[in-house]
Amino acid sequence: MSAPQEIKTASARAMLLGPALVFMAMVFFLPIWTVLVQSVSDPAISNALPATVAAVAEWDPHTAPTIAMQEALAEDLRAIDDPQILGDVVRRLNSQQAGFRTLISRTSGALNRLADDASIDLVAIDPRWDDPIYSQAIAATMSPTTDRFLLAAVDMARDAAGNIGTVGPDVSANRDTFLRTFAIAATVSLVCLLIGYPYAMLMASSRGWVRGVLIASVLLPLWTSLLVRTAAWYVLLQDKGLINSALQWVGLIDEPLGLLFSRTGVVIAMSHVLLPFMVLPIYSVLLTIPPNLGPAAASLGANPIRSFLHVQLPLSSLGIASGSLLVFMSAIGYYITPALIGGPTDQMISSLIAFFAMGSANWGMAAAFGVLLLIPTLLLYVAYDRVTSRTNGRST
Amino acid sequence: MKAAKIVFGLLAVTFLMAPLVTILPLAFTSSDLLSYPIRSFSLRWFEELMISDAWRMSIVNSLVIGAGATLLATVLGTLVSLGLRRSFAFSGILKSALLLPMVVPAVILGVGMQITFIQLGLVNTHVGVIIAHTVVALPFVIVSVSGSLAGIDMRVERAAMSLGANPLRVFGHVTLPLMLPGVLSGAVLAFATSLDEVVLTLFVAGPNQRTLARQMFSSIRENISPAIAAAAFVIIVGTVVVAGLVLLFRAAAQRQKPSTVTV
Repeated sequence: MSAPQEIKTASARAMLLGPALVFMAMVFFLPIWTVLVQSVSDPAISNALPATVAAVAEWDPHTAPTIAMQEALAEDLRAIDDPQILGDVVRRLNSQQAGFRTLISRTSGALNRLADDASIDLVAIDPRWDDPIYSQAIAATMSPTTDRFLLAAVDMARDAAGNIGTVGPDVSANRDTFLRTFAIAATVSLVCLLIGYPYAMLMASSRGWVRGVLIASVLLPLWTSLLVRTAAWYVLLQDKGLINSALQWVGLIDEPLGLLFSRTGVVIAMSHVLLPFMVLPIYSVLLTIPPNLGPAAASLGANPIRSFLHVQLPLSSLGIASGSLLVFMSAIGYYITPALIGGPTDQMISSLIAFFAMGSANWGMAAAFGVLLLIPTLLLYVAYDRVTSRTNGRST
Repeated sequence: MKAAKIVFGLLAVTFLMAPLVTILPLAFTSSDLLSYPIRSFSLRWFEELMISDAWRMSIVNSLVIGAGATLLATVLGTLVSLGLRRSFAFSGILKSALLLPMVVPAVILGVGMQITFIQLGLVNTHVGVIIAHTVVALPFVIVSVSGSLAGIDMRVERAAMSLGANPLRVFGHVTLPLMLPGVLSGAVLAFATSLDEVVLTLFVAGPNQRTLARQMFSSIRENISPAIAAAAFVIIVGTVVVAGLVLLFRAAAQRQKPSTVTV
């Protein structure tokens, strides 16, 4: 290719890729980056009290606050004209050290009554300022970055001395939610594998209209709206729903099972939604196995079980791996199905994220959970990518 | 063994199809309850969809937002697929990065979008919801169009070029007609994705941007009624009609192919 032509190709490529790349940078990568930043940022104090932050740096934390610090704090508090910013400061300091709520409001009120050139004596306004514990609290909160959201997301916190420790289960039970998320995802993956593998075998071995029906039964639900399917499971699982009625009619149960708003209900509905993602990869791998391998194994004296375990199962292992990774990876991020079908004790990490972001506008906590969910998801995606590229490499 | 296979097959097909089969008839119940038995049939829940402000507005919003997101995702996705057609340094990484919205849990993206969209002034606007839906629809367009581009024999295009057609003419008369089925199925997938999107909508939409899926989500949570089944019916019929149209279009394109590939 000649040099001008190469330049032409490059500029054509830039024109084709440019719009989508700019779009994705603005509304996909920037939001994800924002989540990462939010999970470790704590700007309330460093933004609102810049002079104090500078003064605290030159202070011995075991002594009472210096005059310079008091003047700096007074200057900062006077400079805040937005009540919302003052509110953020109070909230942040109060979460570090109880008592700041009244301390700041009294101090700030007194400062506003003082003449601009009057000398500042905070201890005279409120004797609590003499106690270094309050200055220590300001010192502890002035860093613009923090690990407290990420620590709190796994039920940990720093004590006053900065040592990391575990918070009791009565205060916070986020680890339970993480364990529950992975347990539900693992159960769903297992259910999908136990139904999906034989189903894929049946699809691969059947012919004609039977195969057509089997394929359609996987694809139709896949194409149907997730919300429609979840609504349908709501109908099926309720106490007067078809499943309970049928089981009662047959005489297997006397009372409704209480499937709706239960763990069993969540697993059933999620397995239904994710089953196609297990069946399809296994099916496509099974199709590449030469059909004469089974008879060959049999002619060498292997019984069907031995032939399955030693011939078909190893050859289809990549399909099992990619299906299971896909199902597990999708399941850990599920929100809609547990939110609608599950009870309060069946909620997953996504529900916590939604709760903190929408329920209490606590973006730091929402982002911290987001990061802790994003990391396993991306690791699973990399693993899935490796497995599928090996599958493709072998079949071509 | 054979009997076991048949029993398993029947049970599995029942499991897969039962939800679809049970929800649709409930759209025609006359009862106030979203449950069986259906004592008598009526169209009152479809009327409810048309009369109730909340449902009617959500249907209009879904159509407007779906159309916007489909258009945007199809244009951007088609351009990207053309740009990535020949591999170059980092093209593989670039493509994986563009497919990430399929992988990242929607709730995480929702939190990030909410914060970013507040700064950009896009929160609680139709444009904001269209953009959010475009992000998750884009990968489907890219996969679909790239697939159909990979199936085009580049020798056809070189032949056109050797016969004197300039690049624009080659694109308009050879490449575009050959990739059109992929573009159309990408557009359908994009529309279906937008129609079904709930999580991002929860984060970036205000009460005036409630979509049908969002309205269904809150009715299942708050006041469950057969209107949900009627809405489900509308969504399923809508999806089937659009998919059917595309299949027809594709079949027509296949028949036309010999005549369109002339320069």
